[in-house]
Formats: sequence, C-alpha cells, structure tokens
Amino acid sequence: MWAEIAVSGVKLAVIAGMLLTVVPIMTWVERRGAAFIQDRLGPNRVGPWGLLQPLADAVKLLFKEDVTPAHVSKGLYFLAPAIAVFVALSTFIVIPFAKAEGIELFGVPLKGLIVAPDLNIGVLYLLALSSISVYGIVLAGWASNNKYSLLGGLRSSAQLISYELAMTLAVLGVLLASGDLRLTTVVEHQAKLWNVVPQFFGFLVFLVAAFAETNRLPFDLAEAENELVAGYHVELSSMKFAAFMMSEYINMTTISALATTLYLGGWQLPGVAMPDGWLGLVLSFAVFMAKVGFLLWLFVWVRWTLPRFRYDQLMRLGWKGLIPLALLNLLWVSVALARGWL
Amino acid sequence: MELAIFYLVAAVAVLSALVAVAHRNPVVNVLSLIVTFFCVAAVFAMQGADFLAGAQVLIYAGAILVLFLFVVMLLGAPVVSGEENPRPVQKTLGAFLAAAVGIGAFFLFSSLREAETKLSEAGNTTRALGRLLVGPHLFAFELVSVVLLAALVGALVLVKRKH
Repeated sequence: MWAEIAVSGVKLAVIAGMLLTVVPIMTWVERRGAAFIQDRLGPNRVGPWGLLQPLADAVKLLFKEDVTPAHVSKGLYFLAPAIAVFVALSTFIVIPFAKAEGIELFGVPLKGLIVAPDLNIGVLYLLALSSISVYGIVLAGWASNNKYSLLGGLRSSAQLISYELAMTLAVLGVLLASGDLRLTTVVEHQAKLWNVVPQFFGFLVFLVAAFAETNRLPFDLAEAENELVAGYHVELSSMKFAAFMMSEYINMTTISALATTLYLGGWQLPGVAMPDGWLGLVLSFAVFMAKVGFLLWLFVWVRWTLPRFRYDQLMRLGWKGLIPLALLNLLWVSVALARGWL
Repeated sequence: MELAIFYLVAAVAVLSALVAVAHRNPVVNVLSLIVTFFCVAAVFAMQGADFLAGAQVLIYAGAILVLFLFVVMLLGAPVVSGEENPRPVQKTLGAFLAAAVGIGAFFLFSSLREAETKLSEAGNTTRALGRLLVGPHLFAFELVSVVLLAALVGALVLVKRKH
C-alpha cells in the first residue's frame, strides 16, 4: 500500500516538475520564436541567448505590487486564477509519458510513466476537467467588474462550449478505433499505424479545437489585446496574472501531449521496438517529448503567423466547419471498422 | 476511511445545495450548484461508477452550468435584496414537494439496501454500460435522443418566430 503511494508520488513529482519546467522554457521559446519570425533579436541580455530571461520575468512578477481594484467581487477574484492553475495541473495524470516495462520501484511495477494507470475512464477524465477550465476565465472576467473583462469572459465561454463539442467528436473517432478509454491502450493500438494517417481529418479538427481551447491565437478572442485591452485579465496583477499565463502554457503542454498520445503514436516510433527496462523508459520519454516539442513549436509558429479571427468567423468555423468534419470522420471510422479496414 | 470521505462529501453536497437555493447573488447560486455536482460525481466515483462520475462532471458541471453562468452574466440577473417574499404560495408548495420527494426517496433507498451489489467489483463498468445501452436498451436510448433532438428543433422554431 505505502509502496504504491510512494511510486505514485514519485511519478507525480517527476511529471509535475517537468510540466512546471516547460513553462519558463516555453515563454523563452515564444519570445525568441516571435523575434525570429519577425526578423528581430528578442530578449538576449539575461544569460546566454537570453535563456535566463524567464527567471528575471518570474522575479519581476513576484515582486510587483499586487493591486486589488476597489469594485471587484473579492472571493471570486482570488478564486479564479486558482481554478485555472488547479485544472491545468490536474489534467495530465492520465497521459502515458513513456513506456516502463519490467521496471520496479520500491517493489511495485511501474506500469508506464503515467500517474494513474488504473483509472479506466482516462480520456473522459481529461475532457471533463478541461471543460471545467472555462470557469477560471469566466469568473476572472465577471469578478473584475470591468466591461472589457466581462466581454472577454463571455466570449471565452461561448468559444469553449462550441469547440469542446468538435474536440470531443474528434476524440470519439480515436476511442472507437482503439475500443478503450484508457490512453495506454490507445498508444498500444498505434504500434503499427499512427492514428493520424487513417483519421487525418479528425487530427485536423482536434488541432484547431486545441488552439481554441487553450485560447491561443488565432482564437484568442478572450484577451484580444487590441480591442479588449487584455480581456479577462485586465484587472489582474502580479502573481494572479502570472497564474493565468502559467496555466495557459501548462494547458498547451497537456493538449500537445494529448494530441501526441491520440494521433501521433505516443511514445512509439514506427518500425522501432522500444527495449524494456530503464533504457526503454528514457528512449520512449525522449521520443514522446520530441513530438510534444514539435506541437508546442507549432503553437508558437501559428501564433506569430496567422491574424486573429473575427468573432462570427470563429463561431461559423466551429459550428459549420469543424463539427460536420468531425462527424464525417466519425462516420468514416465506423464504416472502416465495420468493414475491417482498420 | 471510505465512510469518513463519504460523510465529508455528503456534508459539502448538502451545504452547497442549500447555498445554491438560498444565496441572494445568482452567480454564487450557480457556482455553489457546481460544487454540488462535483460532490455527486465524487459519490458516483466512490461507488465504482467512474463513467457516471466523468459524465456528470463533463456534462453537468462542465457544459450545462457554463451555459447557466453565461445566461446569468449576460442578462445581469439582479442581486435579490430586502426581506420581502414575492411568491409565498410557490415557496410553500416547493418546500412541501421537495420534502415529499426527499422522504419518498429515503424510504425507497432504504428498502433497496438489501439488493445492493458492489459495482467496484464488477470491473470495467464503462464497457458494461456501453453494451447495455446499445444492446437491450437500444430502443429507450434512441427514443431519448429523438426527444432531445425534438427539444432542440423546438427551441430553434420558438426563437425564429420572434424575429
């Protein structure tokens, strides 16, 4: 019993530590990447290539004065960033980050680098929690008692409801093909062929919806700095603002990891059998992180390439473009499964 | 241990349900209803019905209440102030009905206790549930979806007529 708890604790520490490390790295990649795309240098003064810039940012944010405006709804104003970070930090426990066959820790088999290997509703848990994440933004928008914030919060809730539907439909295709809600099974199912090949349109829908779910450009209508100032976090300062920034980057990482798991074969490489033991753990983890890294770069790449959508364009794309496409994908997967092609 | 967690969750559920009914600020009402739904999901999970727990959070806490919150914020429902009681009949009737349902449910469930089966020992309840839904209960399942679709179309028709 205690050994199992210890193993879960170690996994939790490793994976949460990794996620929290991704945040400063991604802020650096974002700023340098933006500079690279816009043909300028970006932050390059703190540390080699500006690598220590995130550290300086963090110190700055921590020591900024924490202003609480007079007319905010106090409780909710403080609760909102907490909800955002809580959801961001609790979603990743069902994602298998690496293979761990034949490894024992404290006498307990590791069952893969995944915090909750026995939770048999894997994907459902992830979708359920990510549907909660909207509350952080909506409440921040409402509690700030500011019209720009409120508009940002309202836009965000409408956007998340619309795109969550498309995303769930796309995920259903993958679940149908692998026949289990557990992500470990989904990964093992893709040993021969990654899901992205037979379900390319499902992947496309998932990816577009992922941009909307994480409030990233071209779908960052909730903050839209040149019309809503900064949307739902206009009135948030210092660490409360940082909490939202952090949760945005953690959500990006989680959703990239989910996309990798569902469509890009997880920790597997086609035609390469991962060895058992610690070597396999390290290799498969490296493969997984390489795929996640590519998707994260895609987020940055798209953000600095495409302009923002207009609100009605966003809604039209969601309801008239993505949902029918996801349904067609589902139909195709069902037919292919029934005919035995997959 | 399990019993202690159950009592904690149950207490929070009842308390937040009371706040959901009694608080004067509509936004707080909706938020505390979310807490209630989370507690119900926790009870489902403790009974081994993990699919139901996930669906409860995904559909009720995550989708329906977001819509509630959306409407409350958009319409800017006023914070009720003052002690006047605008609908005395409805209030009494509502309390009476709620009490009747509560007592009825209590007697119903206390008679069920004999036939209790441990869901947590049944293994993968999600698969079993899926097989039941599209197997023996296919007709009821499809009927429900048709009713929902009709409601959807009905709402659209009603909205269209106003313009």
